[in-house]
Amino acid sequence: MKYLVIGAGPAGVVAAETLRKLDPAGSITILGDEPEPPYSRMAIPYLLIDNIDEQGTYLRKDDGYFASKNIDVVVGRAESLDPASKSVTTSNGETLTWDKVLVATGSRPILPPVDGIDNEKVTTCWTLEDARRIAAGITPGAPVVLIGAGFIGCIILEALVSAGANLTVIEMGDRMVPRMLDDRCGSLLEKWCEAKGVNVLTSTTVKAIEPDGDAVKVITSDGQSVTANLVISAAGVKPNAEFLEGSGVTLMDGGIEVNQYMQSSVPDIYAAGDVAWSKDFSTGEFGIQAIQPTAVDHARIAANNMVTPRSVEHQGSVNMNVLDTMGLISASYGLWQGVDGGESTELLDEENYRYIRLQFDGDQLVGANTLGMTQHIGVLRGLIQGRFHLGEWKDRLVSNPLQVMEAYLAVTQGA
Amino acid sequence: MLRSLSIDPDKCTGCLQCEMACSLENEGIFNPARSRIKVFTFHEEGRFVPYTCTQCDEAWCMHACPVDAIKMNFQTGALEVNEKTCVGCKVCTIACPFGTINYNRVSGKVIKCDLCGGDPECAKACPTQAITYVDSDATGLEKMRAWAGKTDNAQHAAG
Ligand SMILES: Cc1cc2nc3c(=O)[nH]c(=O)nc-3n(C[C@H](O)[C@H](O)[C@H](O)COP(=O)(O)OP(=O)(O)OC[C@H]3O[C@@H](n4cnc5c(N)ncnc54)[C@H](O)[C@@H]3O)c2cc1C
Ligand code: SF4
Ligand code: SF4
Repeated sequence: MKYLVIGAGPAGVVAAETLRKLDPAGSITILGDEPEPPYSRMAIPYLLIDNIDEQGTYLRKDDGYFASKNIDVVVGRAESLDPASKSVTTSNGETLTWDKVLVATGSRPILPPVDGIDNEKVTTCWTLEDARRIAAGITPGAPVVLIGAGFIGCIILEALVSAGANLTVIEMGDRMVPRMLDDRCGSLLEKWCEAKGVNVLTSTTVKAIEPDGDAVKVITSDGQSVTANLVISAAGVKPNAEFLEGSGVTLMDGGIEVNQYMQSSVPDIYAAGDVAWSKDFSTGEFGIQAIQPTAVDHARIAANNMVTPRSVEHQGSVNMNVLDTMGLISASYGLWQGVDGGESTELLDEENYRYIRLQFDGDQLVGANTLGMTQHIGVLRGLIQGRFHLGEWKDRLVSNPLQVMEAYLAVTQGA
Repeated sequence: MLRSLSIDPDKCTGCLQCEMACSLENEGIFNPARSRIKVFTFHEEGRFVPYTCTQCDEAWCMHACPVDAIKMNFQTGALEVNEKTCVGCKVCTIACPFGTINYNRVSGKVIKCDLCGGDPECAKACPTQAITYVDSDATGLEKMRAWAGKTDNAQHAAG
C-alpha cells in the first residue's frame, strides 16, 4: 500500500508514525512545504524567548529518525490533487501517486483588510521563518503592536513581553480571548496584563498602518496613533485546502468535511488536524478547533482507517485550551459558556487572580473555565468526556467547585 | 514482567508518608505539595484515596506533547518527562483525563510519576500496604485502566 501524507506538522507526523506501526511494509511519504524538518508551531513562543533553539521545536529530535522508520520526508508544495489518477502535483513539478492520501496541511494566518497591512514591518507569527523575523525585530524597549488577543495572540504575548517588547495589544472583542474565556476570566486577564505594563485596547480595531520613518504608526478605530517598530498580526486563520478545488472533495468554510472515519467526501482521501472540518465532542457539531491535541487525535484515527477501512470511529474531540499569560494560567474546556437549562457554579478570589467556573447539564459536567489553577486540571477533561453522572457530587461541586478531583475519584472508583 | 503501582484505598490511613517520600526522592525536600502522588481526603465518608498516574496505555500526555518530551521507559513501562526537552506548554496537563501530570511553577516544567526508575519510594514508605508495587496483571490496575476507556475519543469497532 502506498500512503501519501500532505503536511509535516503534528497531524502529518503522528499519522505517518501510526501508519508505519499498523502497516510495516507500506510505502509512506510526508510532503511538507516548509524547508525545516517537521516542527511544532506551538513551540515557537518558547523559541522566541530562547528557552529552546530551533531544534527544540522539531517534532522528532533524533537524527535520521524518519529514515529509521522508513518514512520519506519530501519538501514541496502540493498544488493540485487528482482523485482519478490518484496523484498530487507539487511545486517542484513532481507528481506523487498514492493509494491513500491524508491531507494534513493545517491552516495559515490571514491578515485583516486594513490599509497599509502589506507594510514590511507587519508580520504574522506562524512559522519558523516568522519567528526569526520577530526575534530580529524585537530589541529591549522596542514598541511592538500585537493585533488580536485571541488564543494565538495571547500565547505569543508572553514571549513578546519577555523578549523586551514595549507592547500594545489591540483586540476587536470586548475582552481578551473572547472565544476561550468568559467575561470574568477575560477581564481579569486584561487587568493582569495592564498591571504588568502591557497596554491593552479592547473593543478596538485597526484602521490603518502608516509608514513613519523607520517605524510605522498604527491608527485605531478610536483615532489613537501607536508607534511601532514591529506589528504582529494574529487576527484569524484559514485552512490550507485551496489546492483541492476541482478535486471533488467537499469543503466547508474552507475546511475539509470529514465523516466519523476522518474520510473526506472522496474515498481514499482523508483529512486531519487544523484543515479538517470535524466533530466537536460537546456540541456534536462540525467545525475546526485548531488545537494540537485535536490534530493528534485526528491523525491517529485517520491512519487507522486508512490501513483498515472503518475500523475506528471519531467520537468528536473535546475543545480544550491552556494559556500562560505572563504567569497567569487560564484553561477552558468544552461548553465553558454553559448550556440552555444548565446550571453553573463559580468561585472567585479576585485579589489572587484565582477563579473556577463549572458548567453542568443535569448532573453531568459539560464545561469549565479556570484561572490561576495548575493542579489536577486534566480531570476536568476526564469528567466531561466520561459523561459521568455526578449524582450527589453535583451539589457538592456547586458548593465547592475546587473538589473536582474528589468528585472524579468518587464517581469512577466509588471512593 | 512489568510492574505497576497498585492502590488499595481501604487500607489508607491518610498518614501522607507516601507524599513525603515522593517529594524527598524527586525534589529533595519534605513537601507534600510537590509530591507526584496525592492522597485525597473524603471528610464526610472518613476515607483517604491515594492517587497517581497509572502509566496508562493511551498515554494522552505523551501524544499531546508538541516537542516529544514524554517517552516510555521500556525497562519500567513508565512514561517519563525529559526536563531538558519540555518547554512547559502545559498541553499535557489538560490532555491527561486523570489530572495526574501537573505544572510546577518553580521549574517551569511538568511533573508526573515515573515509578522512581523502577523502585517507587511511595510503596516502600506506606506502612499499611495501601500502595504496593506488583506485577502489572494483578487486580486493581485493570480497574484503574478501565476508566481510560471511557475517555477515549475513538470508538474501536468490535472484532
Ligand atoms: C504560535 C503558535 C502557538 C500555538 N500554541 C498552541 C497551544 O498552546 N496549544 C494548542 O493546542 N495549539 C497551539 N497552536 C496551534 C497548533 O500549533 C495547531 O493546532 C497545530 O499545529 C495543528 O497541526 P496540523 O498538523 O494540523 O497543522 P500544522 O502544524 O499547521 O502543519 C501543517 C503542515 O502542512 C504544510 N502545508 C500546508 N500547505 C501545504 C501544501 N499545499 N503542500 C504541502 N505542505 C503543506 C505546512 O507547511 C505544515 O508543515 C499554536 C499555533 C501557533 C502558530
Ligand atoms: S500522566 Fe495521565 S495520560 Fe500520562 S500516562 Fe499518566 S495517566 Fe496516562
Ligand atoms: S508541558 Fe512539557 S511535557 Fe507537557 S506537553 Fe508541554 S512540552 Fe510536553
